Amino acid sequence: MLEIKNLHVKLEEEDKAILKGVNLTVEAGKVHAIMGPNGSGKSTLSYVLSGRDGYEVTEGTATLLGEDILDMDPEQRAAAGLFLAFQYPVEIPGVGNMTFLRTAVNAQRKARGEEEMSSTEFLKTIRARAAELKIDAEMLKRPVNVGFSGGEKKRNEILQMAMLEPRMCILDETDSGLDVDAMKLVSDGVNALRSEGRGFLVITHYQRLLDHIKPDVVHIMSDGRIIKSGGPELAIEVETNGYADIVTEEA
Amino acid sequence: MALPQVKHDLTEERIAVLEMPSGGWSDVARADALARLRMMGLPTRRDEYWKYTRPDSLTQAEPPKAAVFEGEDTPLLDDVDRLKIVFTDGVFDADASDDLSLEGLSIERLETSRADIHWARDLYGALETTGQTPVNRPLAALNTAFATDGLLIHVTGRVSKPVNLIYHHKSETSDAMLHHVIKLDSGAEMTLLENGPAAARFNKVMEVDVADTARFHHVRAQGRDHERRAATHIFARLGTESVFKSFTLTVNGVMTRNDVIVELTGDDAQAHVAGACVGDGDFHHDDTIFITHDAVNCESRQVFKKVLRNGATGVFQGKILVKKGAQKTDGYQISQSLLLDGDSQFLAKPELEIYADDVACSHGSTSGAIDEEGLFYLRSRGIPEGPATDLLTIAFLAEAVMEIEDETLADEINARIEGWLLRRRS
Ligand SMILES: Nc1ncnc2c1ncn2[C@@H]1O[C@H](COP(=O)(O)OP(=O)(O)OP(=O)(O)O)[C@@H](O)[C@H]1O
Ligand SMILES: [Mg+2]
Repeated sequence: MLEIKNLHVKLEEEDKAILKGVNLTVEAGKVHAIMGPNGSGKSTLSYVLSGRDGYEVTEGTATLLGEDILDMDPEQRAAAGLFLAFQYPVEIPGVGNMTFLRTAVNAQRKARGEEEMSSTEFLKTIRARAAELKIDAEMLKRPVNVGFSGGEKKRNEILQMAMLEPRMCILDETDSGLDVDAMKLVSDGVNALRSEGRGFLVITHYQRLLDHIKPDVVHIMSDGRIIKSGGPELAIEVETNGYADIVTEEA
Repeated sequence: MALPQVKHDLTEERIAVLEMPSGGWSDVARADALARLRMMGLPTRRDEYWKYTRPDSLTQAEPPKAAVFEGEDTPLLDDVDRLKIVFTDGVFDADASDDLSLEGLSIERLETSRADIHWARDLYGALETTGQTPVNRPLAALNTAFATDGLLIHVTGRVSKPVNLIYHHKSETSDAMLHHVIKLDSGAEMTLLENGPAAARFNKVMEVDVADTARFHHVRAQGRDHERRAATHIFARLGTESVFKSFTLTVNGVMTRNDVIVELTGDDAQAHVAGACVGDGDFHHDDTIFITHDAVNCESRQVFKKVLRNGATGVFQGKILVKKGAQKTDGYQISQSLLLDGDSQFLAKPELEIYADDVACSHGSTSGAIDEEGLFYLRSRGIPEGPATDLLTIAFLAEAVMEIEDETLADEINARIEGWLLRRRS
């Protein structure tokens, strides 16, 4: 599904290397988790994959379903099936949540040469998905993320993911800022999307999310590299011992 | 004090090519306006409120040519049920207009109104005269003196549908001057729509007297001619508990100067003045607003948004004057520009002058580019850069467009803006 090979990334503005040779393959149907200390490059990886400005790839490749995505515009990557749930979802005053989502769904369909979703179908689908995530109708009408609480923003990310039905989902700290119930809602939302043809990359600091979204593989990122990979037990090790041991051991 | 020679000459040259209509009740007001004009003289770049906008093309004797623009889209407001009144290059077009009768109001034309004692006699030029203090508005005095036609609308009740003034521009050299007077009796309510480019050069004055508890709604769309020039003035006086709401969309135009002068003279009145403009390249748009609070517990809002690209210029000069005794005034003013590239510029002069102590007034002015974070967020969801930029642009203008109470009209205005953005994308 997603194949990252020896990815090196520096900041465009300054000579600062952030990713220093990331290798990672997420197979269809699998959930991979990335954990790692603050500043190790997890969000950078997610941004580079989704095509944000400000980074320069100096070496390596990233492909989605065999297609090189690094040269694509962000919207092309989205249409190709990539989705990033932002660590910090952006507020967009003046653009209604509904308008935004309908535009996005139909733009992707158009890019893939599919038929647009009718407004009745769209309304039906979004109401159902929103209800599952306990997002009320009023929130759908409001401008994108404006005045949303931290938890509401995260739920809104998952709603977008559910509506766009991407092939490869990257979740950047979607659990942070969520209360226990919201964590359950969000995890149920993610689990509902788990399927044979879909891959997940879940970035998190806490093992608790991984209790709900059971990962197949857990990676530890440190200083721009994946330094260790293992099963779910690796997350438990981090939770109990922190990163220090792993980092020194792998250094 | 004598006028500087340059101003004197400019004024006399302009007057020389004009003919003052005569033989009716407006003669006195016209003669008075001409005398006042001669005292103040037409504006030059040295006038305080003409520093950012070159008045030359608006004041010179002969108007610069303006190519007639043939737009292909459906006429604005086509779906709205309204009473249509058409002026082509400033000349009333009876064939294209509806019958000038509608329950709740009477409409006459300035040109043909001859009755000795006419209600408009006390109003024509009156609000314009008051509006000359403390800032001179010579182009409005010129208009009162020389306007060839216009509408005299007396609103006595609640009018069931909007009155729509449609201005066509068909001659490359037309130089039109229209003067409308609108008087709303106590409790009356009307919506006035205006659209179209009007003439190669257009000078328009509208005087609106809103009596106690009356409500006046105004939505206008100036556009889409590129080469037209326009100087418009709205003078409004508001009585107790009355409402005045005016919104203007300006699309294209090498030179547009829109002055709005409002005086809140009765307690608990509300004045909302808003504008959205979109300009590309050779585009200069100036909103000059002056709102005077002279009564207790009134609310005023000025909401102006400008989208500029390829070297377009936007100007905003907005003032809130709160007179002594105008307590509990709630005054709000915002002027913002969205610069779609580095060549465009926005010049703003927000002013507050307050002589009462119990007031809440706020004003803000900003100028900025498209929010890159927002743009990336939209694109990451699959919305291509063009449509994503348009979405953010429409969102930027939304605060101004939202000032239009009627949703159908607001949708029409948004559709116009979308059309303009779309034409610039391919
Ligand atoms: N645009 C940028 N400008 C300057 N520094 C940046 C930029 N983007 C990332 N960095 C730096 O790169 C490093 C990696 O940041 P990144 O946000 O990827 O870390 P992270 O692993 O997601 O951390 P956290 O767990 O705190 O979210 C940090 O040192 C950060 O300051
Ligand atoms: Mg991060």
